[in-house]
Amino acid sequence: MGSYQFRTVKELVEIAQQKSMPLSEVMIQREMALYELPREDVFGRMEQQLNVMEEAIERGLKGVKSVTGLTGGDAVKINTYLKEHVPLSGPVLLDAVSKAVATNEVNAAMGKVCATPTAGSAGCVPGVLFAVKDQLKATRDDMVRFLFTTGAFGLVVANNAFISGAQGGCQAEVGSASAMAAAAVVEMAGGSPEASAHAFSITLKNMLGLVCDPVAGLVEVPCVKRNALGASQAIVSADMALAGVTSVIPTDEVISAMYQVGKRMPVAFKETAEGGLAATPTGKRLAREIFSN
Amino acid sequence: MAKFHSVFDIIGPVMVGPSSSHTAGAVKIGRAAKFLFDQDITYARFHLYGSFAKTYKGHGTDVALVAGILGYDTDDARIIDAFTYAKEAGIHVEFIEDHSAVPHPNTVRIELMNGHETLELVGQSIGGGKVEIVELNGFRLHLSGNHPAILVMHNDRFGAIASVTEILARFEINIGRMEVNRKDVGKEALMTIELDQNIEPEVEEALRGAKHILRLAKVVD
Repeated sequence: MGSYQFRTVKELVEIAQQKSMPLSEVMIQREMALYELPREDVFGRMEQQLNVMEEAIERGLKGVKSVTGLTGGDAVKINTYLKEHVPLSGPVLLDAVSKAVATNEVNAAMGKVCATPTAGSAGCVPGVLFAVKDQLKATRDDMVRFLFTTGAFGLVVANNAFISGAQGGCQAEVGSASAMAAAAVVEMAGGSPEASAHAFSITLKNMLGLVCDPVAGLVEVPCVKRNALGASQAIVSADMALAGVTSVIPTDEVISAMYQVGKRMPVAFKETAEGGLAATPTGKRLAREIFSN
Repeated sequence: MAKFHSVFDIIGPVMVGPSSSHTAGAVKIGRAAKFLFDQDITYARFHLYGSFAKTYKGHGTDVALVAGILGYDTDDARIIDAFTYAKEAGIHVEFIEDHSAVPHPNTVRIELMNGHETLELVGQSIGGGKVEIVELNGFRLHLSGNHPAILVMHNDRFGAIASVTEILARFEINIGRMEVNRKDVGKEALMTIELDQNIEPEVEEALRGAKHILRLAKVVD
């Protein structure tokens, strides 16, 4: 795959600059070279992932309920509010929130989703993408590109740090997902590869230290709402980067910091349901009630 | 070494929720065990470690592992009812929570049995639905479970490896990764070969007939 190989965000951005191509194109070229596949195959497969995301959002917006009853139905509430009010946080932001919630509610109900990068964080990327697409006048191809951009950043994080709550806490999971989404919004809005990297950094920096503390060990509370808030942060960070705000700490150092924080994070905060919200009186009561059934 | 290669390791897999590591990853490890065993299963025992041991009920890890040994894929709608299907298939399942220390938080040891044979495999779910098989019947290995692969049990003799690679070359099959492990000099050894494609029956037959080859198992994609 030669010249399209990147291990760091710095390398990824440099390739895009040298070849005057968007970050999504670097990812597409790398995938084609690595697996010796024609462009249609790589692009087509990503389009299928996009379709799965769209179906999950549609299903969630109709209303689902998880097996435990802990989550479900909030996407419908938010969407109804959105139609009847002008939300204080702005229509695009709250639309992203409702679609992120929809996706994670479907996931919690053992429905079909596309992991981005994980199932627990599957709401951020599609939530953001399907909320910004109209304002940015994105074509279906632009939307597929959005996913390649998120994937490029996700690959760097996965190989230099981690993307699972069990390994690095929620900062690794929802943190990575929302940072990936932020970077892709910048590209879709016409920002530079460098600005994408700044949007990524700005988001992940604010996620540092976030623990993974699911009540009863289920990917429901607080995961669904963390995806919602992660999606909102992605859009805010993208706007900041598009305004020219930069991250003082370079992206690869932010990723490295996330890794170090995750390494030193106690096991109680890594998806084991032994700390944080899972260990509150209510969290423990819910766990007892769920497992006694 | 980079563990994630494809963009679809990040934007994917398409899967039945709720957790890529605890549900989709568990399906994949179970599936790898089923294909490597390649026989009827009457009994399956799952030893769960780390986060798997603590949260498997909440994440449906138990259902997912059983779905895996039934051969289902990560996006199969039957996953949620895997226990019922296993019962229908005459498979007895048992789960053991083991709280001893393991190198990776999401680890499972699977034992598959029937009246004649057993298979013991240790798998880890490393995040985002990616898995690694790290032990098979006492052999250490690094099998990703994400690509087609063949595992060849052979005698540790001159020419055993060449006889296998020669056959793959003849059928124009590309080797992605290869690893050889043995328990002791001159004893049984295990070749782990990850391929770019599934092998045809004729290739499998040729491999089974090759010099010094004892057994062959495969992971299909």
